[in-house]
Amino acid sequence: MIDRRAYKTRRGKSGRQINRDQSPFLLVFVPWATILLASYLQSIPIATAGPLLPPLGFLFLLAWRLLRPGVLPIWSGIIFGMWDDLFSGQPFGSAILLFSATMLVIEIIDIRFPWRGFAQDWAIAAGIAVVYIIATTLVSGSRLTLPLFASVVPQLLLSIVAYPFIAFIVSRLDRLRNMRLRTIA
Amino acid sequence: MALSGSKQRISGHSKKAQYGAFTGYVLVVLAILLGIALLTVSLVQPTTFSGLRGLFSDATQPVSRANAAGRSGGRNFIDSVQGFLEAGQQNADLKKEVEIARIRLAEAKAVEEENRRLKALLGLQTTDVKPVAVARLVGSSSSSTRRFAYLGAGRSSGVKPGMPVRSERGIVGRVLEASRSSSRVLLITDSESVLPVRRAGDNTVAFAEGRGDGLINIRLINLGINPLKRGDVFVTSGAGGLYRPGIAVAIVTRLTDDGAVARIISNPAATDFVAVEPLWQPDARRGAATPIEEALGTNDTVDGGAQEPEAQ
Repeated sequence: MIDRRAYKTRRGKSGRQINRDQSPFLLVFVPWATILLASYLQSIPIATAGPLLPPLGFLFLLAWRLLRPGVLPIWSGIIFGMWDDLFSGQPFGSAILLFSATMLVIEIIDIRFPWRGFAQDWAIAAGIAVVYIIATTLVSGSRLTLPLFASVVPQLLLSIVAYPFIAFIVSRLDRLRNMRLRTIA
Repeated sequence: MALSGSKQRISGHSKKAQYGAFTGYVLVVLAILLGIALLTVSLVQPTTFSGLRGLFSDATQPVSRANAAGRSGGRNFIDSVQGFLEAGQQNADLKKEVEIARIRLAEAKAVEEENRRLKALLGLQTTDVKPVAVARLVGSSSSSTRRFAYLGAGRSSGVKPGMPVRSERGIVGRVLEASRSSSRVLLITDSESVLPVRRAGDNTVAFAEGRGDGLINIRLINLGINPLKRGDVFVTSGAGGLYRPGIAVAIVTRLTDDGAVARIISNPAATDFVAVEPLWQPDARRGAATPIEEALGTNDTVDGGAQEPEAQ
């Protein structure tokens, strides 16, 4: 007796599987483009009562790095940082320093704790984001007063809350990245 | 050893993978050192990288501009929906408001009349300054503790660093860096911004210093009994020659020991178009920048500005 053909097994989550391979362009382009775009987007909306918007570029970098280790090379912080500095309003060099340091720190965490769940990832991202935002405040070149630090608190909380959403977006983008589009003969 | 940047996560015995991992670590340490160096340079000399920033700000200008237009469109849409929902209550409120406005209008006419009479008495004329450029605020540093805004006009429309930027309500800030078609504006709420102000109505002079969180510290110059009250409006005093006197800056919300905390009148979040005005007293600015040892203006007046000052 011949069974019904199992068409479903030939289709993965990202399209037809047989005879298809991932596009090498998308594999690299999607993470790089989303982080660069997020860094640029944080300069666009006007909400200037205080530093309110979470550092989008940085959070996207964190999410990509934590969800997909190996996608971003360890030195990529220098490129993302340079780009972020152009739009963030911080003195040039601050993001180069902090993004690179972040990449190194996550590398060390990766070696020490290779197996993590989302909760641990979130905790790591929250910890790093808090340190990052306080560090950006310290090196921003503004007079460091109590009200200035108080004004950073909403941004801190927002960044911590925003991480799961950004991680969700990144996971969807990762599906796009892994789409099997290229036909192999 | 874990290895990122490669498809292979474990380098194992592969010499190539081990070298790759090592190179990665060397690069990231170099990047951190580069970051520290660049950061030090830009903190010591903040204008060092303005050219680079300007280049990219120019390049992304069309996108920012389209977004700014879309944003104001979106705000209008939300406003109209909100207006529809609140129509009944608003109608009643407006009727009451119109009545009050009629009375105020009559009062204003009287004041205007008096004003004209007094001005004629003094022989003063109202001189309206023609703005250098009118443009949209296309963006701001909304995730940084520094308060910068990006303006959709640059050197090609005559904008130069130092020029005051104002909206129809009041001072927004001043131009910090100008590139070809965009410029960076230091908002008055930035913690590095200090602005000479006086209280509208009398001559209580003070400095308005940004706090970085959207508010402004008013620091009185003459210490003593704090004469300020909640609701006092501060306007530019014209001292320093940068800002034209009499433009609204901030309104006092809370008193402190040596002044007050004030809210800005022209909130950049609510402003759409802003005007860049010429420097009020360029000569005074030049004078302030000239060392005491040098004579001011001799090159221009005596030699016609052609000769270089002789080297000592």
